[in-house]
Amino acid sequence: MGAAPILEMRNITKTFPGVKALSDVNLSVMPAEIHAVVGENGAGKSTLMKVLSGVYPSGTYDGAIFFEGKERHFRTIANSEDAGIIIIHQELALVPLLSIAENIFLGHETSRNGIINWYEAFSRTRELLSKVGLEEHPNTLIANIGTGKQQLVEIAKALNKKVKLLILDEPTSSLNEKDSNALLELLKGFKAQGISCILITHKLNEVMKVADRITVIRDGKTIDTMDVHTGAVNEDRIIKAMVGRELSERYPPRTPKIGETLLEVKNWSVYHPIHADRQVIKGVNLNVRAGEVVGIAGLMGSGRTEFAMSLFGRSYGKRVSGEVLLHNKPVDVSTIPKAQAAGLAYVTEDRKTFGLVLIDHIKHNISLANLPGVADHGVVNDIREIGVATKYRKDLGIRSSGIYQTTVNLSGGNQQKVVLSKWLFSEPEVLILDEPTRGIDVGAKYEIYGIINQLAAQGKAVIVVSSEMPELLGITDRIYVMNEGRFVAEMPAKEATQEKIMRAIMKSWGT
Amino acid sequence: MTDIAARAERPSIMRFVKANMRDYALLLSLLAIMVFFQITTGGILFTPLNMTNIILQNSYIVIMALGMLLVIIAGHIDLSVGFLSGFVGAIAGVLMVSMKFDTVTSIVVCILMGTLIGALQGWFVARFRIPAFIVTLAGMLIFRGLMIAMLSGRNLGPFPQTFQSISNGYVPDLLAFMAPPGLNLFALAAGALVTVLVLWSNLRARRLEEAHGMAEEPIQLFYARNALIAAAFLSFSWIMASHRGLPNVLITMFALVALFMFITTRTTFGRRVYAMGGNEKAAKLSGINTERITVMIFAIMGALAALAGLVYAARLNSAQPKAGQGLELDVIAACFIGGAAVTGGVGKVTGAVIGAFIMGVMNNGMGIMGVGIDWQQVIKGVVLMLAVFLDVYYKNNSR
Repeated sequence: MGAAPILEMRNITKTFPGVKALSDVNLSVMPAEIHAVVGENGAGKSTLMKVLSGVYPSGTYDGAIFFEGKERHFRTIANSEDAGIIIIHQELALVPLLSIAENIFLGHETSRNGIINWYEAFSRTRELLSKVGLEEHPNTLIANIGTGKQQLVEIAKALNKKVKLLILDEPTSSLNEKDSNALLELLKGFKAQGISCILITHKLNEVMKVADRITVIRDGKTIDTMDVHTGAVNEDRIIKAMVGRELSERYPPRTPKIGETLLEVKNWSVYHPIHADRQVIKGVNLNVRAGEVVGIAGLMGSGRTEFAMSLFGRSYGKRVSGEVLLHNKPVDVSTIPKAQAAGLAYVTEDRKTFGLVLIDHIKHNISLANLPGVADHGVVNDIREIGVATKYRKDLGIRSSGIYQTTVNLSGGNQQKVVLSKWLFSEPEVLILDEPTRGIDVGAKYEIYGIINQLAAQGKAVIVVSSEMPELLGITDRIYVMNEGRFVAEMPAKEATQEKIMRAIMKSWGT
Repeated sequence: MTDIAARAERPSIMRFVKANMRDYALLLSLLAIMVFFQITTGGILFTPLNMTNIILQNSYIVIMALGMLLVIIAGHIDLSVGFLSGFVGAIAGVLMVSMKFDTVTSIVVCILMGTLIGALQGWFVARFRIPAFIVTLAGMLIFRGLMIAMLSGRNLGPFPQTFQSISNGYVPDLLAFMAPPGLNLFALAAGALVTVLVLWSNLRARRLEEAHGMAEEPIQLFYARNALIAAAFLSFSWIMASHRGLPNVLITMFALVALFMFITTRTTFGRRVYAMGGNEKAAKLSGINTERITVMIFAIMGALAALAGLVYAARLNSAQPKAGQGLELDVIAACFIGGAAVTGGVGKVTGAVIGAFIMGVMNNGMGIMGVGIDWQQVIKGVVLMLAVFLDVYYKNNSR
């Protein structure tokens, strides 16, 4: 390499009481480079970025940071931002009820004597939005635009601060394929303008698409830095470095034993809870057999989650109509308790908002959906509850200090296992899993797939909603493709390919 | 060998105390405040007469704090309880004094009224998702107005003897025949019995914990804590016994505290309230009928506010148009001093009760010292701020 790196982090070591989060981590980023940092959840990626951006002030860690050739001691986020290092977090830091322009200039208002010059802010916002390719009026409220566009606003905000090194933490985790691609293209555009970029992600296909170099972090150590342009880099090599072992298969093997039809949904239709005349689900039919894993594919916004939630006790939508049959008999699933009693369970796509009581511990979270199962006449039997929690912790391999660990402190994969435990303990016949592996590292994903296989082997009907098509191809028996609130195709997983699914979606637009 | 064991154990006691700092700090604060006022009032605080007074003066705060704790754990607030209790007191006055209803009927009607009013407020909160702050603020204005209207701005009394005995009566000394003069032997025996029961149930819980390998509290601390509990209960019953025995209202209060401890820690209902306050959406998706639970919580709060209103009216022996004024603030303060979280999902009955007594002892102590109402308010405000500040401070530091 000819040029000097724009950023060098040397031998960074950061200890928390009792834990060594980072030990001797090295990271160097060249000018105009897209550098991917990958690793399992809890590997230390976020800690490293917090060290870099000054969240952990200089002096609380060992090692040195060189930026543009000079050693830096960032004490606050403002310090690192002044130097041109901007970090965009997974959870976006935008104020929903302020406009795009107000958000972009929040804290950096173009003002004279404390009076904001809105005209200037406006025209600057226009410029910035065109740079990131966002066609929205600067006065539009953040609450009224989708996550993909919000991400672009964040980036525009970063550009406004004269960014030299842009750090993106899981930028595409809540974006659909189209928005993700647009974002990645944007990063390539920045690269051409000389802006460097650190991309933290779980999605290896994205890494392969845009990254120049890849640094793998595992257990707080740098494992490897690979050059995509010279070395023989492929996803398998990255995964091997990430998990420290060869994952011979990404999906555990399974021999399906498919029985009678267990669940049948007929002519299911749902209207939007606020815009009452908008039909979100338009007369959908679905069936699942015992022991079968059925996938629902589709883009973000196609109505998958809305379908699943409306099915589960009408927890979404208005004017829900249609028929649900279990074992060929009609059942009432009009409220969540009724749906539960009928044998349905819904594992949410957003475990922090809808899945867990984060301030409470594992034991209480597991029993929550089936409290009568650990109680006699409304009085909780502590001993039985402990037994249940201990069993699921062991069976599902929840890694924690015990059943009394607060769930907020668990990694994404382990949180997901707690949510799964909760629903397994409610002893459902039909499980609807909405994005069961979102934001989870490769190792934990494999374990979750294993659990899904076990459930199917026990004769349960499993519905998996997922944005990751390879996942659906890997673990399901049959795939429904959803678009604009309809199933536009249905195919056995064996015959399905990503191209077939995409083609079905593309052909169906506007029909 | 023993040396090593001792050395290994000491830090674990420290660690446990540190992890449970909040609970210990609360109890120590109450003790410190009591000792402080014992000295500054020249020893009046702990006299049997005054201790009985503290119980009587605070009973309605404690009673309402139990309901308020549930409301706060669920993530809501109830501003109406002060005037609701006053309003119910006024109803009791009209029923018993003006309309000559008998005591039992009147009490039943009053408590039903409170329950219904609470349920109605809860229904607005649950069904229409109007913030409890607004609903109960409106309720506060309404009940105050109704109370004044019912009483036409005048005091209404006196109440029948049986009704007065709710607050002013004492449990008769059933063991008087063998009691030494000046001592209520029944109070002492009851105190001893309760002490034994509490120790026995603690010991049983400890056994179960040990059998399942989940005993976290170091055994020395367990013994020390229980010895302290026993000492407090026994000396308290001694003090009570050397005055007029056990006030009826103390029995009511004690039963309610025990009931609410049971509800919050052992029942599925209690668990659902905590879950709802911790994450309402997750609770709802777990099949918990959050609307029904919200209505129930406010109904319970209403019933307790009604009971507190009756106790208050019985104590003053008249329904007064200023009854209940500002009580809601003391009740809410008691919960927050006791460690409940504004965001919901966190709080303990013991905390709220200790919080109520911290407020009560301060009111009483400052009253004896002759501190004016103005400065009493200031000092209570500072104590509330300090308690919550320490809470937040410890939480941030432990992270």
